[in-house]
Amino acid sequence: MSNVLVIAEQNNAVLAGGTLNTIAAAAQLAKAAGGSVDVLIAGEGVKAAADAAAKIEGVAKVLLADAPAYAHGLAEPLAALVAGVAKNYAGVLVAATTFGKNVAPRVAALLDVQQISEITGIVSADTFVRPFYAGNAMATVQSKDPIKVVTVRATAFDPVKAEGGSAAVEALAPAADPALSTFVGQELVKSERPDLGAARVVVAGGRGMGSAENFKLIEALADKLGGAVGATRAAVDAEYCAHEIQVGQTGKIIAPELYIAAGISGAIQHTAGVKDSKVIVAINKDEEATIFQIADYGLVGDAIKILPELIDALGK
Amino acid sequence: MKALVAVKRVVDYNIEVRVKADNTGVETANVKFSMNPFDEIAVEEAVRLKEAGKVSEVVVVSVGPAQAQDTLRTALAMGADRAILVQTDAEIQPLAVAKVLKAIVAKESPELVLLGKQAVDDDANQTGQMLAALLGWAQGTYAAKLTIDGNAATVVRELDDGVETVSLKLPAIVTAALRLNEPRYASLPNIMKAKKKPLETVTPDALGVDVAPRLVTLKVEPPAKRKGGVKVADVAELVAKLKNEAKVI
Repeated sequence: MSNVLVIAEQNNAVLAGGTLNTIAAAAQLAKAAGGSVDVLIAGEGVKAAADAAAKIEGVAKVLLADAPAYAHGLAEPLAALVAGVAKNYAGVLVAATTFGKNVAPRVAALLDVQQISEITGIVSADTFVRPFYAGNAMATVQSKDPIKVVTVRATAFDPVKAEGGSAAVEALAPAADPALSTFVGQELVKSERPDLGAARVVVAGGRGMGSAENFKLIEALADKLGGAVGATRAAVDAEYCAHEIQVGQTGKIIAPELYIAAGISGAIQHTAGVKDSKVIVAINKDEEATIFQIADYGLVGDAIKILPELIDALGK
Repeated sequence: MKALVAVKRVVDYNIEVRVKADNTGVETANVKFSMNPFDEIAVEEAVRLKEAGKVSEVVVVSVGPAQAQDTLRTALAMGADRAILVQTDAEIQPLAVAKVLKAIVAKESPELVLLGKQAVDDDANQTGQMLAALLGWAQGTYAAKLTIDGNAATVVRELDDGVETVSLKLPAIVTAALRLNEPRYASLPNIMKAKKKPLETVTPDALGVDVAPRLVTLKVEPPAKRKGGVKVADVAELVAKLKNEAKVI
């Protein structure tokens, strides 16, 4: 039991972003433990996702649990399934998304182990690095539990290659469905823009944008750069934009190549989610704003005036 | 129907913590503590359910040091009916908290347990899900909307890419996301009244729960610091820097 199991998130049989990064973390852990990486695909009609997982570099085996109970990723039946197979593994890893964060603790408690949340580094087979206090401190923690149940911050691990593997796909019998909850419906945000978690460029706006109308400038600049749109909690609370694009401690954690913060003061809860970006640009009319302390390039001025100029300048 | 709400005393979310010089943890001496913001939202939701006649009694529980009484009094001032402090000075990790809460649930028999989705100190985001697992109950995490109807709870859950609605069999666990509600400020008369509300103290030992930590913190370090960069004069200079120096556009 030195192998590591990755619970892969998928939607309509397509593997979710972050899967390749999580498998990269699993490969590190498996190497430290002296084992290999298996991937679990649980859903309904998800053979295509299992086939895609089998091609991923470094995957030894794919477990495919295809049953109606797993169709919507409900934590109760999925955790029962994972807990059933977990005893064959040294570790169970899942990306720290709303999917992973929902199911992993349920698995951990069923196994009577203390989960390690949102790791950013693997020191050894039982020792991990994770941020806490909104990333203001980094803890190195050692687990005494026999099975390590771990959620992985995808941006901290470089993805493995999606191709190159040829793992066997093995059917896994469904576990008894506890039938505690039912899926009623969902409203997913459809966007032509790249996924916020994976975008090369992210343009984000804060309360300084002043209105939902002005926030459209953020979207316009993002489109000019082929990037995604992000926001602070303040901007979401002020209803300039939807909650799904909130970045920070309790929103999304991102690490794009270029992050442009407009009208964002730089509260720690927000900067916790962006400070691993490669290049940070801050535009704010308050030259004392804390966002300038982490920005590579700072431009003091009103974002509402500067953004149209920037969009113009990029158009040339 | 009774609702139980779990609350945690944490370093106030506005405070930027400092790592101790000996790398054993973060500095918590002489620092302001408050109720975990997500737990405040959970308390507010329970009180609103009581005001709407869906819940008959709101019991708040905290696991922590004697000072967590202040946190419980805050919840009582917001409208909770009584409080239980499971008092311990030891480091309590989420699995242990879930086990303590399970023991409290066995005593109190609530039909709904509300918690914050995560605590802003350890950022673990585990306790509600773990409690649901230990009890064999349904879980509705990251709730943006909660409706109780007969023996079911309907929860609108915030996802990374939208929202989903699930129906939970009661009893169930619900964890509060940021936009479930806006917690009230306790009025002075209610703060005074809260001082007279019952607050019971027990220990993990008395509940028969082993709370020994499973994770050992080997060291705590400050995050890698980003160096502040340069200020540019105008848009033209910014674009030039991004093109020629950073080479990101």
